Amino acid sequence: MTERAEAGATGAWFPRWFWPSFAAPASLWLLLLFLIPFYVILAIAFGDIDPIFLTPTPVYSPLRWDVTAFRDLVSSIFTSGSIYQNAFTHTLLFVSVASLLCLVIGYPVAYFLARHAGRWKTLFLVLFLAPFWISYMMRMLAWINLLQPSGYVNRILESLGVIEAPVAWLNGKPLTVILGLTYGYVPYMILPLFATLDRIPSSMLEASRDLGAGGVPTFRRVTLPMSRQGILAGLVIVALPMFGDYFTTTLLAGTRNTAMIGNLIQTSIQSSLVQTGASLVLILLALLIVPMLYYLRATERAEELFAA
Amino acid sequence: MSSSHARTETLHPSPARRLGSWLRNPWGRPRFLWAVAIAYMAWSLLPVAIAVLFSFNSTRSLTSWQGFSTQWYVGNVSSVWDDPVLLDALTQSLKLAALTVLIAVPLGVTFALALDRWRGRGSGTANFVMLFSFITPEIAIGVALFLFFVQVAEGIGPGFTAQLMGLSMFMMAYPVIVVRARLLSIGKEYEEAAMDLGASPLESLRRVLLPLLAPAIFASAVIVFAASIDNFVISQQLSVGADTQTVPILIYSSARRGPLPSLNALASLTLFASTLLIAIAALAYRRRTRAQRAVEHGVRPLQVPLGS
Repeated sequence: MTERAEAGATGAWFPRWFWPSFAAPASLWLLLLFLIPFYVILAIAFGDIDPIFLTPTPVYSPLRWDVTAFRDLVSSIFTSGSIYQNAFTHTLLFVSVASLLCLVIGYPVAYFLARHAGRWKTLFLVLFLAPFWISYMMRMLAWINLLQPSGYVNRILESLGVIEAPVAWLNGKPLTVILGLTYGYVPYMILPLFATLDRIPSSMLEASRDLGAGGVPTFRRVTLPMSRQGILAGLVIVALPMFGDYFTTTLLAGTRNTAMIGNLIQTSIQSSLVQTGASLVLILLALLIVPMLYYLRATERAEELFAA
Repeated sequence: MSSSHARTETLHPSPARRLGSWLRNPWGRPRFLWAVAIAYMAWSLLPVAIAVLFSFNSTRSLTSWQGFSTQWYVGNVSSVWDDPVLLDALTQSLKLAALTVLIAVPLGVTFALALDRWRGRGSGTANFVMLFSFITPEIAIGVALFLFFVQVAEGIGPGFTAQLMGLSMFMMAYPVIVVRARLLSIGKEYEEAAMDLGASPLESLRRVLLPLLAPAIFASAVIVFAASIDNFVISQQLSVGADTQTVPILIYSSARRGPLPSLNALASLTLFASTLLIAIAALAYRRRTRAQRAVEHGVRPLQVPLGS
């Protein structure tokens, strides 16, 4: 009975197999190019290594998986001073500082866009969205030009008397990497923040002020709590890709002591330490699974709200 | 009371006061926020503007402006047009992006239709896998695909076909998200009306729903094109040698090796291409949806866009 009622709600004229068949091609594509490749990663990380050629031999049966290599890698991450540990601490440091910087820069910009841009709102939105379709590589190339020893950054800082001699910004400076990451990902922070701040009804703020709260308490006790979802979503959105980033640090620093997890993965795969590379991908995903699931839950809930 | 407050502030403006004033009075003139927003915009767009400017430099310098010339686009032996490496990267990027659109958009549109109409158990899982693939750090997907094409799909192997398959899987999420949002706002009435008038399910889909979805499909095609032309990680992981080198890969590998302004010219060309497309798409989308809104509000009831 209920099944028939449901069928009525979704259009009774369609045969039962009609809509599910529409999902088939894309599902097949996801199975073939997402799920199976990740299974291959598992099969290689927990698989064998050819004793002569040292090439990895994937083992597809979970019953025959061998975790020794994986365990050794994890323990070397916990060994202080190893290149693995260095890369992990750098990544954590760079990503957390850059994400916070994104928030500090993005919040006032999003607040402005939501409350004060007025009739310029569309223009500002277009300009703030521009970095989304400017290639990331081009944005990094732009900074490489500017940060050359004879580039504009050094020339301006010198003429202001901040520095005496040109600084080699592009040679292994963690600061450059952090600012580069911030520059690269801050647009992704502004969007969810804007969406949340824009939805806070101004009547809420008026009510708070009518009840005697000043500007600072209103911000602290109304605006900030009401934008917490957006802040969390924004932090997750910028942090996830940053954790997998290897190109920003290669382009802006290019030294071993600024290497991130992504660089480890990249060099492992290239120097045929394929099993290590596959294991590192698994460790990276294990680190990120909680924020990823949080983000999926949050967007799902937003969708339900939108549909209701 | 608050107006006298505001007056004393404009009489004695100090930076700290201004910061406080937008918190105290969100309806006042937020000079601090305007300053932040404009500074942000300058920081975000000026470097790119300077990079575009230097692609028109008359000498090979990327740090000092010597006058206008288009020699880095065409004419010079190492211009985009005359250097086969640059020109190949450009055509390769355009080819990859166009073909990705041709695969990802149909897959995504049918998937969105299925998710919207099919409320079975499988639909939730399929949607979850799709969204999960979309937020997984790209390096993980890139490595997984690389190992898949090396170990399992050896017949295909890394290369252009692999790039195309991987990218089209990753980009599928854009049409799904855009088209689902549009489906929610259209509702089912039009199709049901068509079928009441004797259309078969496929006919009602082709002659009613698809025309109504056309703006969303077009918009997502443009988004997929712009995102694919800028894609770096997946294309790089699956690229082998010069034949599969796209513009972002070329920028990545040569940005730190004393590049010529022709590299800026190449990056600028892809920027111009995506900007032009986005602008056309935005205009077209606004015109189409405006016409449809008019129809939906009963302004021109006789011109329901059937198969236009």
